[in-house]
Amino acid sequence: MRAAAPTLIAFAAALAAGIVLLLLVGAPPLEALWLLVEGSFGSASKISATLLAWSPLLLASAGLVVTFAAGLWNIGVEGQIVIGAVAATWVARSLPGPGWAVILAAIVAGAVGGLLWALLAGVLKTYGGVHEIFGGLGLDFVAAGLVIYLVLGPWQRTGVASTSGTDIFREEAWMPSFEALGTGWPIIPVALGLISVVVVWILLRGTRFGLRLKAVGRNPRSAALIGIPTNRYLLGAFAIGGALAGIAGTVQVTAFHHKLVPSVSGGYGFLGILVVLLASFSAVWVAPIALFFVAISVGSTQLDLRLGLDSAFGGVLQGLIVLFVMIGGAWSARRASGEHAARGEP
Amino acid sequence: MENTLNSIIAAAAPLVIMTMGETITEKSGVVNLSLEGSLRLSAMTGFAVAFWFGHAFAGFAAAAVVGAAIAAIIAATSIRLKLNQIAVGFVLTLLAADLASFLGDSFVGERGPRVPALPIPGLSEIPFFGKVLFDHDLVVYGSFVAIAVTWWYFYRTRPGLNLQGVGERPEGAFARGIKVNTLRFWYTVLGGAMVGIAGAAYSLDIKLGWRETLTLNLGWIALAIVIFGGWHPLRVAFGAYLFGALQVMAFQLQDVFPGLAQVLPIAPFPLMILALVFVYSSWFRQIGDRYPRVRNLLGSEAPAAMGTVFERE
Repeated sequence: MRAAAPTLIAFAAALAAGIVLLLLVGAPPLEALWLLVEGSFGSASKISATLLAWSPLLLASAGLVVTFAAGLWNIGVEGQIVIGAVAATWVARSLPGPGWAVILAAIVAGAVGGLLWALLAGVLKTYGGVHEIFGGLGLDFVAAGLVIYLVLGPWQRTGVASTSGTDIFREEAWMPSFEALGTGWPIIPVALGLISVVVVWILLRGTRFGLRLKAVGRNPRSAALIGIPTNRYLLGAFAIGGALAGIAGTVQVTAFHHKLVPSVSGGYGFLGILVVLLASFSAVWVAPIALFFVAISVGSTQLDLRLGLDSAFGGVLQGLIVLFVMIGGAWSARRASGEHAARGEP
Repeated sequence: MENTLNSIIAAAAPLVIMTMGETITEKSGVVNLSLEGSLRLSAMTGFAVAFWFGHAFAGFAAAAVVGAAIAAIIAATSIRLKLNQIAVGFVLTLLAADLASFLGDSFVGERGPRVPALPIPGLSEIPFFGKVLFDHDLVVYGSFVAIAVTWWYFYRTRPGLNLQGVGERPEGAFARGIKVNTLRFWYTVLGGAMVGIAGAAYSLDIKLGWRETLTLNLGWIALAIVIFGGWHPLRVAFGAYLFGALQVMAFQLQDVFPGLAQVLPIAPFPLMILALVFVYSSWFRQIGDRYPRVRNLLGSEAPAAMGTVFERE
């Protein structure tokens, strides 16, 4: 993370800007901000909902730390979540057998689906000359189109086809939750998310693969000169990032929606990019920042219910925080070290 | 036929203005990735301001300011703070889109002023071409002007040559006494203002009113079209019209083939990817070596210094 003082100042400025916006639409700012807290941590079931949303964001963000380490802008992460969800849905719909086997298979299928979709963007980049931002964006669109096709076509709801999604899965294909305090706790999703962050942290800190991957990310040309097979490392980063995003998709369909819906990614892919930008591309800060961001997202739905405000305020606040912290960090770095300070580079 | 062509040209007009703006920005070496968000926020602001003042022109002016301001943030943070343009652009994409939803909530369902139709007297009476080209409004004529002026400026003027130099070889341009970063800043602001004007065109001309999904994905598509067009104004314009044709076709086919109508709007992305892979392929390079004219016509090279920070040594 960056030096504390500029980050805190930037954070306060973002909050102030958010308050100004609330005043602009005639909303009571303190009540609105309190609703964000209350709506995400105010009761056992709200905490559980926040943790459930935290999990896919953790998975996607952990994967993005790997692709950023390789110097890649994995904008295709949304599509990788979606394809993971499609693969998991296919397992949930077609695989007979006991719940634990179906869930295990759905996790593997999600990982494989996301991995393959990410490799497609990777191959387009390494062998097709298509920058990963645009290859990834294109594959995001294709994945979104595929879900709409599936939901309206082959996997349509019994009765009438509708964009509200497929039929609800049978209960064996629901990721089990742990009952306590009068609500279900998403133990498995949270465990998957936290494990992925730890694994990524170890991978990048302590393994040969991780160190060489970071060398590729910093300077692909000199990495190639010292004999690192650059393309293979880039594809490896795509594969890991895609697999983790795909598992996020599995969590979305088996633990949250219990069906496939067009908006299945929940925007956690793009939100994950914001999380990793704010975390300065380091795995250490991903978990707390992701929890903070997801609390804003979950809490902001209360703004709609209680104050009649658009829940997009949560996204506005997240965006302001990242923008201001990036600018604040670069500003202070520039003042500290003169003109030569590059910030915001993956 | 002439009615269909007329609708395609009208439907593509905002896209043409937006892609010309982004082409100018990228030619100067800056990537404004924020189009999806800029477009949505400027469409909302344009509508809101036009609604207050009861006049479409005020909306266009306000929208241009919004687009220019977002572009200015990207250019300034890149030039002064050395922040990554992609990172800032991406954050602004999400921020501006959410800001539009949040601030525009109360305008959903309202009806605002519209851009008046303005058939050009005389010219619009010409058989066929009159209907296709001259029976439109100021936004569409503006899109024609944008294409012509961008092309002329790039390839026929001294400042246009400098603009390309700044995007291709900033060191060389600097050595010739050109203020690289000043030019980049203002061309980015200009490009952003054009994106803003396109946004207002969607809420005040193409559709009358504002809702969240009004410009959905069109900003991303514009970025794809600029690449598809190889940063050449005429080819970019061709891409924009091709997409306009897809839109009009999707609209007309809605009742007959509802499935196809859903798929057509995402077609530009697979097309762009195929075009890029094709141009990159060894097969195309061989053809290009044998027939340089084919390479000049279809080949596409990004401005060499695009997305980089220029520092005086």
